[in-house]
Amino acid sequence: MSKLALLGVLSSAVFSGASLLYATLGEIVSERSGIVNLGLEGVLLVSASTGFAVTSLTGNPYLGVLAAVIAGGLMNMILGYLVVNRKANQLASGLALMFFGFGLSALIGKGFVGAKIVGLPRLAVPGSSGLPKLYASLLRFDILIYLAVPVAIAIWWLLFRTRWGLGVRAVGESPDTAFASGRNPRLIRFQALWLGGALAGVGGAHLSIAYAMNWTEYMTAGLGFIAIALVIFSKWHPLYAIAGALLFSGAVAFQLLLQSSGIQVSPFLLSTIPYVLTLVVLMAWGSRRRMAAPAGLGQVYEGVE
Amino acid sequence: MGNTPGRRGAAAFWASLAQISIRYGGVFLLGFGLFGLILLISGSNPIDSYRDIFVSTLGSRYGLSEVLVAMTPLLLTALAVALPSRIGLINVGGEGQMYMGACLATWAALTFGGLPGWFLLPIMVLLGMIGGAAWAAVPGVLRARGIVSETISTLLLNPVAPMIVAFFVFGYWHSPMDTNKTPIFSASARLPTLFGTRISLGLILGLALLAVFWFVMRSTRWGLEMRGLGWNHQAGRLNGIPNRKYVIVVMCLGGAIAGLAGMVLVSGYYGVLLANFSRGIGFMGFLVSWLANGSPIGIVVTSFVVAIILTGGNLLQLTRDLPYSVINILLAMTLFVVLARPSFTRKKAES
Amino acid sequence: MIPGSEAVSAPPVLSVRDLVKRFPGVLANDSISLDAMPGEVHALLGENGAGKSTLVKCIYGFYRRDSGELLIDGEPTEIRSPQEARSRGIGMVFQTLTLIPALSVVENVALFLADLPAIPKLERIAAGLETLGERYDLKVDPWAQVRDLSIGQQQKAELLKLLLSQPRLLILDEPTRVLAPQEVQGFFQVLKRLVDDGLSVILITHKLNEVLECADRITVLRQGRVAGQVERTDATETGLVRLMFDRDLTIAPVSRSTAESAEGPPVLELQQAYTRGEGAATSLEQIDLVIRPWEIVGVAGVSGNGQKELGELILGSAPCIQGTKRLFGEDFTRRSIGDVRRAGVAYIPENPLAMAVNPHMTVLQNMAITQTRRYSRRGGLSIDWQAVESDTELTWERLGFRVPPHLLARSLSGGNLQRAVIARELSHEPRLIIASYLTHGLDVQSVHAARAALVQARDQGAGVLLISEDLEELSEYSDRMVVMHAGRIVGDFRTADADIYEVGRLMTGSQFAYG
Repeated sequence: MSKLALLGVLSSAVFSGASLLYATLGEIVSERSGIVNLGLEGVLLVSASTGFAVTSLTGNPYLGVLAAVIAGGLMNMILGYLVVNRKANQLASGLALMFFGFGLSALIGKGFVGAKIVGLPRLAVPGSSGLPKLYASLLRFDILIYLAVPVAIAIWWLLFRTRWGLGVRAVGESPDTAFASGRNPRLIRFQALWLGGALAGVGGAHLSIAYAMNWTEYMTAGLGFIAIALVIFSKWHPLYAIAGALLFSGAVAFQLLLQSSGIQVSPFLLSTIPYVLTLVVLMAWGSRRRMAAPAGLGQVYEGVE
Repeated sequence: MGNTPGRRGAAAFWASLAQISIRYGGVFLLGFGLFGLILLISGSNPIDSYRDIFVSTLGSRYGLSEVLVAMTPLLLTALAVALPSRIGLINVGGEGQMYMGACLATWAALTFGGLPGWFLLPIMVLLGMIGGAAWAAVPGVLRARGIVSETISTLLLNPVAPMIVAFFVFGYWHSPMDTNKTPIFSASARLPTLFGTRISLGLILGLALLAVFWFVMRSTRWGLEMRGLGWNHQAGRLNGIPNRKYVIVVMCLGGAIAGLAGMVLVSGYYGVLLANFSRGIGFMGFLVSWLANGSPIGIVVTSFVVAIILTGGNLLQLTRDLPYSVINILLAMTLFVVLARPSFTRKKAES
Repeated sequence: MIPGSEAVSAPPVLSVRDLVKRFPGVLANDSISLDAMPGEVHALLGENGAGKSTLVKCIYGFYRRDSGELLIDGEPTEIRSPQEARSRGIGMVFQTLTLIPALSVVENVALFLADLPAIPKLERIAAGLETLGERYDLKVDPWAQVRDLSIGQQQKAELLKLLLSQPRLLILDEPTRVLAPQEVQGFFQVLKRLVDDGLSVILITHKLNEVLECADRITVLRQGRVAGQVERTDATETGLVRLMFDRDLTIAPVSRSTAESAEGPPVLELQQAYTRGEGAATSLEQIDLVIRPWEIVGVAGVSGNGQKELGELILGSAPCIQGTKRLFGEDFTRRSIGDVRRAGVAYIPENPLAMAVNPHMTVLQNMAITQTRRYSRRGGLSIDWQAVESDTELTWERLGFRVPPHLLARSLSGGNLQRAVIARELSHEPRLIIASYLTHGLDVQSVHAARAALVQARDQGAGVLLISEDLEELSEYSDRMVVMHAGRIVGDFRTADADIYEVGRLMTGSQFAYG
């Protein structure tokens, strides 16, 4: 196969990997505070459609990203109201949020199917200017891709090196202890959900505004669930999530590569590898009895009344 | 659920029925109101839309039959969640288990299509259940051994099943015309339909299984033992109930029921296997079971209501020029209201 | 830190005046007064349920007292929350530690620092911990994850966490309960250094030896009241025992087994049995134990030395990894809990809600749950509830108490719940009864009934394993006693020949002698 095809495959892996990484980071933040958001798929869809619609209306992709971030945060606020204030079951609330996202994104995107937008500008990778034009055109990425890894590092720093992050992790492990230390577990969970939704919003926006540059119904095609699996795979750690996103999107790229080089391996079986690998990794930890999942994940904080 | 049925008076029965009606009625009014607002904002007339939904579903024999068609897989996927939940297991893997059931059942339909229906259909049912059970067995064993929680493992296995289905459909089974679906099943591989409608035998299967579930939980030794495990596994185990066996068996049974849902969908509804034939019916089953609190009658009522909404969505798409998915908003709004538990939905005598 | 020189003339750090705390149906604290002086260890001594924990929780802002006064440095004060207590210089170490296992020691400490900057310098906090650790001999790796530490180290970490906020009064709720005997001495050394630095310590305990070893002043509580206050110099063991129990410790048995040499095989035979304890559980080693019909064997030991695990081994919930277990003459080493129970073993665990009943089922359903095969009819398709009800009625009649059968178990009080479990386990003529903390949560009358039921079962030929921390109960009811320490059986003698001090010495290990 040609080098060009190889580059093309890698380039698309980078694009899908970036969306995945943002979504995963968002889920990590909310799960670290003790809230599992099964509705991530819906959050991604709503922010993708909102971002696309705003970009299409204003012609400004940055405004689109901003709108997507706000939409993601607001979606998570619905979840927050249900599971934090109303103490509802997290799994059921998340799934309800997912169906809500299916519907709302379809409604928002209804008028924008097939619309053309000016996507986020793509910047050449430094040093690629010497390459032939075709090659160089594949090495042009938007700003969100360049920011993905720095954002992951920033989230790590926020969670593990700041007072707020310590509070988030404490709430996720033991809301009662966090309360005893003078923190407000409900407030912290809302903050974490907002940040998590905003990050998912970036992921959704990247999908529609920078990568696909169009809107189709259900365009995430399971990305949210992949991100949830990736959170487990990366042991709820933002830095491992970088490696995980590379692996998951790399698997997609790899199967495309194999296909184009004529090797007969089903792409579908290859796509299952990351999930099976995650399960195997979990089994390996399980036997060492050291789960990395936040101890308070999924638990209702009853508070002191 | 007392062990002494029939002791309560008729008055108490009517009172609780009234209470339930208030609860359900209130929930749906609020849910419909919220959705109406969204319709209004998006430029549709909510009242006309609602009239469309109800006239198209409950207003005619055909509409009603379509509701029952949509309700059939929900009954099964909800039961697939409700059964494990009785011993405290959270099966979020109905979606994947359903795909695997459909996959194995389809294999039989394509391979033995020439066999007569009375022989082929039981094989398909059995294979469908085995497919789902196998998909749930892994989480069951992992949970029983205390290695990985069943919530995480069922969730992880969900996306894998559709890929396996896609592998077979695209690779081997696809029809000459389409790459993403199998040829149409032979008539003997189709579940019989009832009353000249599209309602399949699957509805009867689902209702029968719910009745069995109700009976097992209410009267039998296994029901009692499962309830003994339901509060906490340590107590159940110390009381001599084999908790590991129950975890594995009940997970597999749940998976088998979800697998049956897959079989019923491909054999009774589509008549072909589409590579991605479900977008969330397994998850919907989780929500139905959760809303019904795992009770068999609750599952029937809730699936019926959810089916009305889903069927109504079709019409909304035709007459209001709204994407079909929009109906999900109505569904979610109703769910949000239930999840938020406003005061009128709570049981009064809660101690 | 508070300079120690002022300690002598200083006013009490904390004074409690006539504190009253009621719970529904119980007067937990009945006008209690005490002073905590700087530079002193003030012991709160009393039986379980004497009101010690309630009192300190009122002080620490966990409960609101009904009346009475709290004075800090002589000033009347309100303490409405644990945070407020901490800000007033009061720190408390609970029996269940409040560290988060997934965080490191230094993160746990930082979490509780009131003036933590937005971007904390954990290195600086860790250095502070190390300095403090040197000073008080509380060495813990600040960067270790708490879940990797032993319970003793976790307790040190918890103490360091409190000390970093420079408290003036430390309340310790049975701190030695979780410690291995060899750690206890070290812990007392730490306490001594703390009070030498001018801190005031309130130490809750029900262990006499600890009080005599390290307290400067002793307040004895009995049934919610102050039974007496003594200086250590005036304290004697018998005097304190009299204050705690209002009577002398009797070793005279109520009744003894009549069958000197029982016929038939032993109900239980453990030979060189080993278990592997996971997490907080103790591993059992080299357990040799024989229980014959017609005898009650008491198991004495400080909590956490393997008594609980011994019961689990016999029942089969803790697998026997080496050695053999025979019940009623048959090999049961690898059999399931269900098999063990069906063979005639009854198990009364220490915590009914977590280990025996489902609160969402009725009492009657809970009665049937251990005997599902016995009551199932038509191959399991139905349950004979009438048989359950009549069996239950019979047992209640025999035991002399009853519990409403159709109520949900969760609506029962703790005492009723325990009664229901005892009744369930003593139905069906068990041949071996494992009773772990039998009288937990029972009122005096039910305590008598429950103990009488055990004696009755013994007199009908059952073997009984009675696990208790209450030496009085053990010496009163058991025919034979074994003592457990660090997962082994370290003593085995007829109760009639037992010397209570020898038992105490064995229970606490040979590290320090008793009396």
